[in-house]
Amino acid sequence: MSDRVHTLTPQDVLVRADALQRKLGGRFRDKIVESLYDEAERIARRAVHTRTDRHWDLDQRIDRLVTSPIFGMPLMLLILAVIFWVTITGANYPSELLATGLFWFEARAVELFNAWGIPWWVTGFLWHGVYRGLAWVISVMLPPMAIFFPMFTILEDLGYLPRVAFNLDWLFKKAGAHGKQALTMAMGFGCNAAGVIATRTIDSPRERLIAILTNNFVPCNGRFPTLIMLATIFVAAAFPPAFASLAAAGAVVAVVLLGALFTLLVSWGLSRTILKGEASAFTLELPPYRRPSVMRILYTSLIDRTLFVLWRAIIVAIPAGAVIWILANISVGGASLAQHTADFLNPLGVAIGLDGVILLAYVIAIPANEIVVPTILMMYLGTGMMIELEGFEQIRALLVDQHGWTLLTAVNLMLFSLLHNPCGTTIWTIWKETRSRKWTLVGALMPLGIGFLVTFLTATAVRAFGWI
Amino acid sequence: MKPVQPTMSTCETCPAHAQLAQMGIDLRKYDRVVALAGNPNTGKSTVFNALTGLKQHTGNWPGKTVTRAEGGFAWAGIRYKLVDLPGTYSLLSASQDEEIARNFLLFGQPDCTIVVVDATALERNLNLVLQVLEITDKAVVCVNLMDEARRKGLEVDVRSLSRDLGVPAVPTVARTGEGLGDLIRAVTEVINGEVRTSPRRPPAPPEVRDAVEELLQLADGLELSLPSARWVAYRLLEGDHRVRQALLSGELAQLVTAQAAPSRRASRKIALEGAQ
Repeated sequence: MSDRVHTLTPQDVLVRADALQRKLGGRFRDKIVESLYDEAERIARRAVHTRTDRHWDLDQRIDRLVTSPIFGMPLMLLILAVIFWVTITGANYPSELLATGLFWFEARAVELFNAWGIPWWVTGFLWHGVYRGLAWVISVMLPPMAIFFPMFTILEDLGYLPRVAFNLDWLFKKAGAHGKQALTMAMGFGCNAAGVIATRTIDSPRERLIAILTNNFVPCNGRFPTLIMLATIFVAAAFPPAFASLAAAGAVVAVVLLGALFTLLVSWGLSRTILKGEASAFTLELPPYRRPSVMRILYTSLIDRTLFVLWRAIIVAIPAGAVIWILANISVGGASLAQHTADFLNPLGVAIGLDGVILLAYVIAIPANEIVVPTILMMYLGTGMMIELEGFEQIRALLVDQHGWTLLTAVNLMLFSLLHNPCGTTIWTIWKETRSRKWTLVGALMPLGIGFLVTFLTATAVRAFGWI
Repeated sequence: MKPVQPTMSTCETCPAHAQLAQMGIDLRKYDRVVALAGNPNTGKSTVFNALTGLKQHTGNWPGKTVTRAEGGFAWAGIRYKLVDLPGTYSLLSASQDEEIARNFLLFGQPDCTIVVVDATALERNLNLVLQVLEITDKAVVCVNLMDEARRKGLEVDVRSLSRDLGVPAVPTVARTGEGLGDLIRAVTEVINGEVRTSPRRPPAPPEVRDAVEELLQLADGLELSLPSARWVAYRLLEGDHRVRQALLSGELAQLVTAQAAPSRRASRKIALEGAQ
């Protein structure tokens, strides 16, 4: 007997385990889970006592309203609209103030450098290149983020996000995707890379891949300033002043909804083609509403989010500013490198209702989407005359009067911003999470293809009907 | 390191008592490894932040922590590494967060595991507690969100809970720091053996008992006398790949030697390198 025991190997144990597993079949796990539940119930019954029904469950009453089939969705849209409206109206003035201050500083610094006799290219590279990129990023991005993030964090701390997932669950189910995808989308509002990491909570690899591949259709905060600026300059301008900011907020909400629509459509498409399968069931816990703690909201939204994102943008903006200045100031055959590249990209840009400079800006902004608009502005300014832009009015004049932007340009830029390749960090995160070149490539190129297709179709339609 | 005074229990005013020193991410040297497990959204990250002084992102929705966060604190001159595991409802499925949690509990061999439970939903939370107790003997149950339970008119009898589970149960309100001193005290008592635990492991259901017994005997033949032996048998009967692989590669056998060794150096090495 002891001989047999000593010659026992792990392999033998596994073989026996397999045989037993086959014999027990699928019942095994159910039995174990059942016995755990029974035991948990017994212990809990002994330990928990309910004091009279003194308590009046406010949570449940709120939940009945917030997750109601009739009011749930409209309430969600209303909350979203209010957040954008507050962000847009609130960010306008501080943005102008920051731009004025930062560009005033640039002008004084340039005067000083000139007075010291420093060569023009040093001054240009440092101040019109590196510093200007920085100044744009800070003035365009900081105010909206500092307003948007605290509000978003309050919703998060209150416990509203799981209710959103609850409201949207049936849609995701129809699309063959996991209901928790709504939560990963909510994370994507902050940062798509964070949204991709958040998909780890989805058990099914198939549904997790769908969530990863479509997360990019949620505009992250790096893209919000672009959307907000365009909505303010172009959409709001088409309305009487009293409704301007409401219209702008409405436009941003529309873009977000469009993003959600694309998420669902693409999820649906994927789960019927290359990622075939049915949506799996899951339990979603609706946590109690909790009073948000002010300090934590401020810390999370301002340090963790705003400064983190701003810092990342600044790190990318510095080399981007340098690259733009170099492209704009090295001339070959009578035109700058920027001009050549933009001319080369122009036919493609025009076909999708944009132009070569905008496409070039998207190429330069691959490391971080935050700097698209600053890059566009710098390239227009770098190749045109040097004017100082103070506030949205001058930006509008520059874009419309000097570079022929129309409502189509603005709308298509918003669409392209929503539907193009994810930023470098997100692509890198997709690779780290999937460890698959194929899926990383799909994650990067599929949205880009959709972006080109959609903008091409809108541009063609608008031109065909002669609306522009 | 900064001492935190106002947040601890009333014992804190007692001058003879040890003080908590938050050590943030300073993990160069530590004496003990403590794991933090629990259902999603029970305030695990809040407990983690309160003890370590770190600012791990907390939020009121399940699934905030999907990776393992680590931090340190010191108590009565002993330095602890605290590992915040992803919040999970069970340790049975194959999703990545559950694997991270249960691999750390099994292979990381923490000196003690704190299971944070939501006092307002005790029954559901106990499912996970029972699963953790299948893997380890050294555990403390942190009954958090006591304030919410009181508001809802629920009374949680922590003594009864502790008796039934066979491990200490400590009531806390992590957000205000209430009870955290008692929690650490319970952890240290479990680690140094002042409190002997006898975790509740409900008998295997009759339909599967024979199969489990047979596997346990085979495991005995391999001299795999782990506290988690029965849980390992469960996993093998379910065809769990990671556990099968650990059995074949001798990783499980290593755990036995590590537990027997007085120095526990091997287990610390595993915890430190984050082997999963």
